[in-house]
Amino acid sequence: MITKDIILTLAARNVRLHFMRSVLAALGIVIGVVAIASIGMVGTNMTLSVTEELSDMANKLTVTPYRGGGGMMGGGPGGGGDQDDEDVITEDEFRDIERIVAKYGIAYTLMSESDQIEVGSETGRATIYGLDPDIIREILIVETGEYPKSTSSVVVGPTLAERLDLKVGSKIKIGDPDEGPTTTVRVVGILEERGMSMDLSTDMAIIGSEKLFTGIYGGEGEYDQVNIVVDDINNVDAVKTAIEDELNRKEDTVTVQDSSRMMESITSTLSTMTTFVMAIAGISLLVAAVSIFNVMMMSVNERVREIGILRAIGTQRGEVLRMFVYEAGILGIVGAVIGSIASLAIGYVVVFGMVGTADYFFAMDSLIYVPMAMAIGAGICLITGAYPAWQASKLDPIEALRAE
Amino acid sequence: MSGPVIELKGVKKVYNLPSGDVTALNGVDLRIDEGEFVAIMGPSGSGKSTLLNQIGCLDRPTSGDLFLAGKNTREMNDHDLTYLRLTSIGYIFQKFNLIPLLSAYENVEYPYIMKNRKPDDTGRVQHLLSMIGIDEALSAHKPGELSGGQQQRVAIARALVNDPAILLCDEPTGNLDSQTSIQIMEILSDLNQRGRTIVMVTHNPETAAYADRIITIRDGKIV
Repeated sequence: MITKDIILTLAARNVRLHFMRSVLAALGIVIGVVAIASIGMVGTNMTLSVTEELSDMANKLTVTPYRGGGGMMGGGPGGGGDQDDEDVITEDEFRDIERIVAKYGIAYTLMSESDQIEVGSETGRATIYGLDPDIIREILIVETGEYPKSTSSVVVGPTLAERLDLKVGSKIKIGDPDEGPTTTVRVVGILEERGMSMDLSTDMAIIGSEKLFTGIYGGEGEYDQVNIVVDDINNVDAVKTAIEDELNRKEDTVTVQDSSRMMESITSTLSTMTTFVMAIAGISLLVAAVSIFNVMMMSVNERVREIGILRAIGTQRGEVLRMFVYEAGILGIVGAVIGSIASLAIGYVVVFGMVGTADYFFAMDSLIYVPMAMAIGAGICLITGAYPAWQASKLDPIEALRAE
Repeated sequence: MSGPVIELKGVKKVYNLPSGDVTALNGVDLRIDEGEFVAIMGPSGSGKSTLLNQIGCLDRPTSGDLFLAGKNTREMNDHDLTYLRLTSIGYIFQKFNLIPLLSAYENVEYPYIMKNRKPDDTGRVQHLLSMIGIDEALSAHKPGELSGGQQQRVAIARALVNDPAILLCDEPTGNLDSQTSIQIMEILSDLNQRGRTIVMVTHNPETAAYADRIITIRDGKIV
């Protein structure tokens, strides 16, 4: 039963003697460790999951008309309903872009407008895209039905289709009848879900040919956006620089965006949020620290006489100090170990529930929070145990022996 | 048997209490030679326990000098004094003062480990325990499971484990019945006969009778 270190033995036995009290104090640490580790893991898993989603578009660039250094997110399609005539990419500009991109990949134009639509008796709003029919075939995947062949046929996104109960053959009336003539189009296909994307968000959109679009809104040869798909991801920067050099030579006329900035911005937002929530979880560790402190003060106070005996028979101050630091350390380490095991289980459930996937749970960046929270938990115990231990070590042996 | 093992020169101890200074020892000169068995007697509050605490290095004199085996303790720091208590002084208390978390065996072994930094592998602990009348079965018990006499025997074994030059006893039979008291005193007497220097505080004349020399202290002075 006796370990090599009798001081450690004394500490361990005292923890066991007051088993319930020790368990409760350690429980505080368990909760704190679980809170910090789980939240840290949720944050990382969210970031990893979003990053993975975004990296699908890492080979895509968007070119939008320059709007005086406006927000990066606002430049996307469907972002602006009423645009100045200035805020377009002209046919000439597109030719320049196409020429630059030619050896790296493809470029295509995009016209977009947000408008009122009517299906049967239901009205709603949707983004209407005008694209080259060949590009529609190349870029988009039709799940049911076929690609549009005529200027009056369109494909629709799955979310919109579901919301307005659209099927192949359904008719959509585009435009507000109070403001002018409306155009009726026929749905010939429903697209596969594509998710949110910076270049083209089709899930809630109606996609038709450029001719259909200019037929409704005019603006032939004026594009809202040019999308570029680069074959080799390593050329993204080169393409971006080349376009900027060419088109923004005299003055800024276009904004070229790649997904990296968007990714950076999302990642940093997520990590700020995670840190903030983790700080709140840290409060639970603070509460645990107070309870450890309380237990340690009790332990010292009820063992004053024992400390006196130990000192009288030749125990050094440092060894008395060590005994109580060990005691706090045992509570901290036991709490931290149980906490870390629990946080693996609880963290997994929470990550699965909040992020929707546990694919990244066992990634290094995610699991690192377990030892981190463990170290913080055990460390806090040692720090809060230090003061009572120091108090114990400086007790006067005679005074201590007199205690009952 | 030669030379003073304990020597006090003009030892004064003043406690600064809120109600005023209390002089517990007022210039004590005392010389105890190796192998002596000295009893310190006196009424309560006379300063006999204070004197024993001084000799046991649990406290420092306000003024005056205490020499243990020729060394002046004034120059020693807390660490040195603690080491002296561990290696050269064996303390036996009225209330036994065993560590409740340790078994009888471990209580005796504790100072041994503190001094040698390793458990006893020489059999010394067991030898001392059986010499003093605690068998192996009893030595596994915690102090709370032993009688007063048994606890005091364990305490004597603990005091002896590091083979100290001096054995200090503070009312060693104060909490024991007369029959057990006699047994304990006979153990101490036997230890003295084998050459151990013993200083004992008592107010019981029957206990004091075991000593070679009786010192009486009154109002902080030896009379």
